[in-house]
Amino acid sequence: MKRFCITNDQIRRADRRISVPLGGPGPDKAGIFDFCPAEAKDFLRRLQPLKLRLIATLPRVLPLLLVVAALILASPAARAQQPGAETAPAGNAQTGKKIFMNDGCYECHGREGQGATQTGATRIGPPQLSLEAFLRYVRQPTNQMPPYTNKAVSDQDLTDIYAFLKTIPQPPKGKDIPLLNK
Amino acid sequence: MAKLKKVAVDRRNFLKGAAAGAVALAASPATVAAQQAELRRTVPPSMSPEAETGTPSHVEVLTADRTGSDFMVDVIKSLGFEYVCANPGSSFRGIHESIINYGGNKSPEFITCCHEESSVGMAHGYAKVEGKPLAVLAHGTVGVQHAAMAIYNAYCDRVPVYVILGNIIDATKRVPGVEWTHSVQDAAAMVRDFTKWDDLPISLEHFAESAVRAYKIAMTPPTLPVVLVADGELQEKPISADAKMHIPKLTHAGPPQGDAGAVAEAARLLVAAENPVILADRMARTPAGLAHLIELAEALQAPVVDLGGRMNFPTRHPLNQAERFRALVADADVILGLEVADFYGATHNYRDQLERTSRSITKPEAKLITINANDLYIKGNYQDFQRYPEVDVALAADAEATLPSLTEAAKRLINDDRRRALQDRGARLKAAHQQSLERARDAAAFAWDASPISTARLSAELWAQIQDQDWSLVSATQFVSHWPQRLWSFDKHYQFIGTAGGYGIGYGAPAAVGAALANRKYGRLSVNIQNDGDLMYAPGVLWTAAHHRIPLLSIMHNNRAYHQEVMQVQIMADRHSRGVANCGIGTTITGPDIDYAKLAQSMGVYGEGPISDPKDLGPAIRRALDVVKRGEPAMLDVVTQPR
Repeated sequence: MKRFCITNDQIRRADRRISVPLGGPGPDKAGIFDFCPAEAKDFLRRLQPLKLRLIATLPRVLPLLLVVAALILASPAARAQQPGAETAPAGNAQTGKKIFMNDGCYECHGREGQGATQTGATRIGPPQLSLEAFLRYVRQPTNQMPPYTNKAVSDQDLTDIYAFLKTIPQPPKGKDIPLLNK
Repeated sequence: MAKLKKVAVDRRNFLKGAAAGAVALAASPATVAAQQAELRRTVPPSMSPEAETGTPSHVEVLTADRTGSDFMVDVIKSLGFEYVCANPGSSFRGIHESIINYGGNKSPEFITCCHEESSVGMAHGYAKVEGKPLAVLAHGTVGVQHAAMAIYNAYCDRVPVYVILGNIIDATKRVPGVEWTHSVQDAAAMVRDFTKWDDLPISLEHFAESAVRAYKIAMTPPTLPVVLVADGELQEKPISADAKMHIPKLTHAGPPQGDAGAVAEAARLLVAAENPVILADRMARTPAGLAHLIELAEALQAPVVDLGGRMNFPTRHPLNQAERFRALVADADVILGLEVADFYGATHNYRDQLERTSRSITKPEAKLITINANDLYIKGNYQDFQRYPEVDVALAADAEATLPSLTEAAKRLINDDRRRALQDRGARLKAAHQQSLERARDAAAFAWDASPISTARLSAELWAQIQDQDWSLVSATQFVSHWPQRLWSFDKHYQFIGTAGGYGIGYGAPAAVGAALANRKYGRLSVNIQNDGDLMYAPGVLWTAAHHRIPLLSIMHNNRAYHQEVMQVQIMADRHSRGVANCGIGTTITGPDIDYAKLAQSMGVYGEGPISDPKDLGPAIRRALDVVKRGEPAMLDVVTQPR
């Protein structure tokens, strides 16, 4: 599938105007997000024939991108696929935690899914992706992450892992931790 | 009394003479001699009454007031070495003894190491703080074999390390047995691929000349390790007390500066650029390099990404944009690389999947400029030179020495209109820097209370205790996700010393002790975030720190695995769809868990831990700091998250 990319920095700029993450799996080592959230499929399909390279032309297309993406993300269908939406995954968090450790997810992502710049692994606890996007990415990662096939970890296992990651609370902001403001 | 015949003998003649004398004194038939020879293998020799009380036909001269090794120490002293690190070895026993007695064990002072890898690792860390080498002594065979990996690290890291190898060249002078196995035709051969220069002097004046030349070569950018072989015969050769031997004057070569035309072109591109970015890696050889880069960045109001080969740029400077590294490279119209070890890697994205791919992340129209002393010196066998980067302007020069002329050339091109535009850019970058800092703090909050302790929490707890002191971080930070650079304020050259260079594990602990040795005389607080796998290569360096009272606070990053390798094996297991359950085999350091506090204590180092609860960490650091402030090393065993 043809994919479009947007840089990490540009995502941050966009983030100020879109209240939810764009849904990509996170930046690769080049700081580039894969920009193909399920919610934006139609938008991307329309853009594809234009053969736009978003990195090169982003300054021109960014306003259009933001407007369309915001509209898509604001739709009820899109909200239903956001993390934290009403459709909670049918996973067992306790089992998921065991699998998360036994299957070595923590090696790159940390024991609480906090991510690590050294490994290039993004923060996944609590998850920033919908379950659908999470499953898809683990099977077919677009960056450095090794692919986990169904033989290595089943959909149910991944659903349990996702449920575990959902139990990890959102931490306080850094500015609210005195030790981080030295 | 018979007139004594004074015979000057060297060490080997003495040994040969002693053996012959023993046979003559025995004056027995051949069969008896054979029996005695057999006996000598099993019982200690006894002195005969005749030998003790008789009148010898001549008296051997068995002592010498001055030998070649004394002169070698004169040479070593002339080069200003503060220390010589060594595990003792008979092939350099002459120099060893001359250092501690003739030389007064001062400048250089003999530092006892438990492994040659530790000796060189210490020299590596020391040089990056002090800006000059210390000397390392080692056997020309087993010693340099132990030292080889550490020499390779220093080579890759462009650090001057000065290695002197003992060896016995003349086969007829070797004592049977160990001296043969510890002798070699060409002692420097096994490290020649990753040293800049070596020599085997055959006279003392030759030694002096080559020693001075080696120092000059090591210190001329690109600074690199050198090897000098000190022949055992030459070390122990008597020389007259009034012998006048010349030690050449050391004159450092000026570092190579960039061609004026290329400097002007680089300045033109940088001043005209709308989105330039400066990448600095092994750039700041000295504190001056840091100051020069600040001046250039401020003149251009250009973002700087410190890639961490050295302490190149203050972390809290508004133009420090390290957190936005890849995004800046992708957006840039001009990229300036200063002593970047892997410029190709810095400008490309690499994907390690079944099919390995790489692609440029720069704009097609972006202009790429490099200033790199590596273009002046490259060898073929070891591949540390990385993939060939396609650039538009390449200056084969020392970046630190070239920056002042580049800055001046840029300033001359900046008119008032351009200056206003640059100031606007600077304001935007200042805001972006603050946002990066806030993002880093937010990211650090994740897993804040986790046990094992997160590397962000470890870094924050440590920073809280040292920030008001004159500190120096003497360890690399990639395995703790660079949290110190993301959370701390670095603004002095000695506050960070970069990485191993060759990724040779086992560098960390000795480099930290060596850097702490350099920091000691300045009263700086040396801090080491110590990886567990790294320490286990040669933990004896902890004893060296205790023995020589080298103050150093080591915080174990004890994640109980070679985590990089866990991940590598996982990649393979995933690629083969075999599951990752077995990937801990051969990669983890558990069962039993190593008690690093006890390990430290056993070597005379204050040790505490294991510490798994983040709430316990701050008080433990304070207790350990009390020990370090008394001038001693201390270690805290902190059980941590993987990265």
